[in-house]
Amino acid sequence: MKRFEIIDTPIDVQKYSDLVLHPAAGAVTVFTGHVREWTHGVRTLYLAYEAYIPMAEKKLAEIGAEMEAKWPGVQVAMAHRIGELEISDIAVVIAVSSPHRTEAYEANEYAIERIKEVVPIWKKEIWEDGEEWIGAQKKYPEKGSGSQ
Amino acid sequence: MITVHYFARLRELTGKGEESLDRASLTVEELLNWAEETYPGFGKETIHVAVNEEYALNEDVIQSGDVCAFIPPVSGG
Repeated sequence: MKRFEIIDTPIDVQKYSDLVLHPAAGAVTVFTGHVREWTHGVRTLYLAYEAYIPMAEKKLAEIGAEMEAKWPGVQVAMAHRIGELEISDIAVVIAVSSPHRTEAYEANEYAIERIKEVVPIWKKEIWEDGEEWIGAQKKYPEKGSGSQ
Repeated sequence: MITVHYFARLRELTGKGEESLDRASLTVEELLNWAEETYPGFGKETIHVAVNEEYALNEDVIQSGDVCAFIPPVSGG
């Protein structure tokens, strides 16, 4: 089973948590990013994600390697969903195990920050009165985002 | 022949997901300039280029057979 993948079907969170669990792991942190309905007062109807799949999976694996180098002993599995996602659907899952909890928490947060920086995935927000690729034109003052 | 991929806003702007350029070699900067001239509004200042699935620098040289992708600002998560 792949530890770093882009998929076009609903994310099975337990699968990624199970992938990183092993006898020496005392902690597993699981982060799920969900489609949010309201962003800066604008109502999102749904999101459409697309990815440069081979490069995105390669970059996810590189982030995993960065995490294992920074926090020795952690194990990582991550997936990002593409296609059309409804409100509250899971867009991304990050599972990290470590012998002790501190590393699992820290490494997990590092992963989502890096995903947002380097992984070639794009999100289009579809509203009642329009749509826009987020990141393209900085419509919002901060990082515009329909999910975490 | 060089293959180029378009994603997200750029896929919609160009009306295509990919195309082939009949060029032996060119730099990343030259590729971006070509795209800006060919597709007004391309917005090359905000776009990175990946060559064979790795981010490339403006001065890097693209060779025939390479697969390139224009990477607009990412918004995963």
